[in-house]
Amino acid sequence: MSANTQTPVQVRGEVISTRRVGDYYQMTIAAPGIAEQAKPGQFVALAVGGESTSMLLRRAFSIYSANERGVFGGTVEIVFAALGRGTRWLAQLQAHAPIDVVGPLGRPFPIPATPTSVLLIGGGYGSAPLFTLAELLRSRGCRVEMLLGASSAARLFGIVEGRRAANQIMIATEDGSMGQRGRVTDFLDAIVARAGIELIYACGPMGMLQAIAEFANLKSITAQCLVEEEMACGIGVCMTCVLPIRGSDGVIRMTRACTAGPSFDSGSVLWSEIGTIPADTYGAGGA
Amino acid sequence: MALRITERSPGPVPDVDMVTRLGSLTLPSPVLTASGCAGAGRELAAFIDLTQIGAVVTKSVMQNPRSGRATPRMAETPSGMLNSIGLQGPGVEQFMEEDVPWLAERGARVIVSIAGNSVDEFARTAARVRRGGDAIVGMEVNISCPNVANRGLVFACDPGSASEVISAVRRAVGPLFPLFAKLSPDVTDIVAVAKSCIDAGATGLAMINTLLGMVIDTKTLRPKVAGLTGGLSGPAIRPVGVRAVWQVHAAMPQVPIVGMGGIVSGLDALEYVLAGASAVSIGTATFHDPSAALRIQGELRTVLAERGFTALTEAVGYGHRVIGQL
Repeated sequence: MSANTQTPVQVRGEVISTRRVGDYYQMTIAAPGIAEQAKPGQFVALAVGGESTSMLLRRAFSIYSANERGVFGGTVEIVFAALGRGTRWLAQLQAHAPIDVVGPLGRPFPIPATPTSVLLIGGGYGSAPLFTLAELLRSRGCRVEMLLGASSAARLFGIVEGRRAANQIMIATEDGSMGQRGRVTDFLDAIVARAGIELIYACGPMGMLQAIAEFANLKSITAQCLVEEEMACGIGVCMTCVLPIRGSDGVIRMTRACTAGPSFDSGSVLWSEIGTIPADTYGAGGA
Repeated sequence: MALRITERSPGPVPDVDMVTRLGSLTLPSPVLTASGCAGAGRELAAFIDLTQIGAVVTKSVMQNPRSGRATPRMAETPSGMLNSIGLQGPGVEQFMEEDVPWLAERGARVIVSIAGNSVDEFARTAARVRRGGDAIVGMEVNISCPNVANRGLVFACDPGSASEVISAVRRAVGPLFPLFAKLSPDVTDIVAVAKSCIDAGATGLAMINTLLGMVIDTKTLRPKVAGLTGGLSGPAIRPVGVRAVWQVHAAMPQVPIVGMGGIVSGLDALEYVLAGASAVSIGTATFHDPSAALRIQGELRTVLAERGFTALTEAVGYGHRVIGQL
């Protein structure tokens, strides 16, 4: 629960461009003050629906890339699937549309102090925050393997970026439409053994993260999992995005993903008890 | 709404006296945070100067640490949200040792919201808060949180239970300390509950808490929030809040009211003031816009000036006087 040393800001941003990438949208937003501070693993929270919106809750998106010195000043890029009302509204925004952005939010990915052999795993567009992470890790002398998976080719994100950012990349689709047929978890063992992986970073659906956490635990590897929890505010006041986390003191607390996360040490998350209040949680039993 | 955030009003700041009085409590501004929507102020301090608003009303704190309810804890609804947090919090000791001093150091005025499962818990928590120093300018007694397993424990649903809690808290904090009873709109006669709270020693009333609601997820075919029911907030409930404030002010015009429920703009705040609120709290709007409280404070000043008011206090309950002139 380390305090975030940065100060998030709220800015009136501007949509620069939106483009379709497979089943997803990749949006570039001019957001001065946010790009300059953003670190891999952080996110932005967008207001959706315009001035008289009936959608009050912020939508949180991992920062896919941040550019401090673009033509439009600092820009951030996000990736999303237009599956709900809010994201459908985002998808139809034209260039120059104003958009309210809060960020950067959350704790950045922790970075190893010494060169390390790492594996970055992305499920679907959950891969978005991994590319800036790969660049940072390689600049610190790490060897970076990347494993991207999805149900089908259209739901993969970032193959080209991954080829550039990682030392080696592997693709897996459940239907075999691109790369190896199977789930990312089918290939973990082989990659970890071949590349001598010491550290895993993973982003994607909770089921995938749980499977990776179990694997990491079995192999005594450290894994950082970036969780997807529904948030109303993104800044730490609504208390909706909590999950059971065991602290370094051994105590389980309902912990906010927005401020203590969104990435957690996989061993600290009580994966199978998400959606419950584990019996020995701090403050449990009072309800 | 969202897009006004970073814009500053171009003209000079209109000259309206924004000082408000809630019984013996005088605040430089009538705009407060709403309990449960601002934590203990820390997170919002990145976005607004907490000393600029009337007061920070902190998330309801109980005697002991509390984990709250399981997730999912919320659902977005048309112009609102359903929440089922279940009063997650650190307990009053940690709150008083860590959160109140942080606010005090920054010079924020603090109204501490307290909750409890029993009359005794309310009284003990209130007594602890009362020893908390000068930054604490008042207390909100949350007798109306809908997210408790036993509806019988929603003290604000019954005038007798509400009275018992308020009497006990009043005894715990002494005769002069500003005390506000937080009322639920989920009652047949809110005026009866309001009167019982005032008779029991409340300085004023904070109203309204969320309405008990439910959202069913049509994919999973079960209620969307783990707690099954939750509290509905946001602009969707604003007319209910304005009506409740109106009814109570009509019955007891001298009783100070902190109005809340769906305020997202200065005009929304003005509605509550015209209905009889001497102050307003900004809740769900903060999730949408972390600088909402300060923005709405500026907007309220402007809309008061535009209507010829030179002081906020002139506008309190003004809607009733207009009706009286018909």
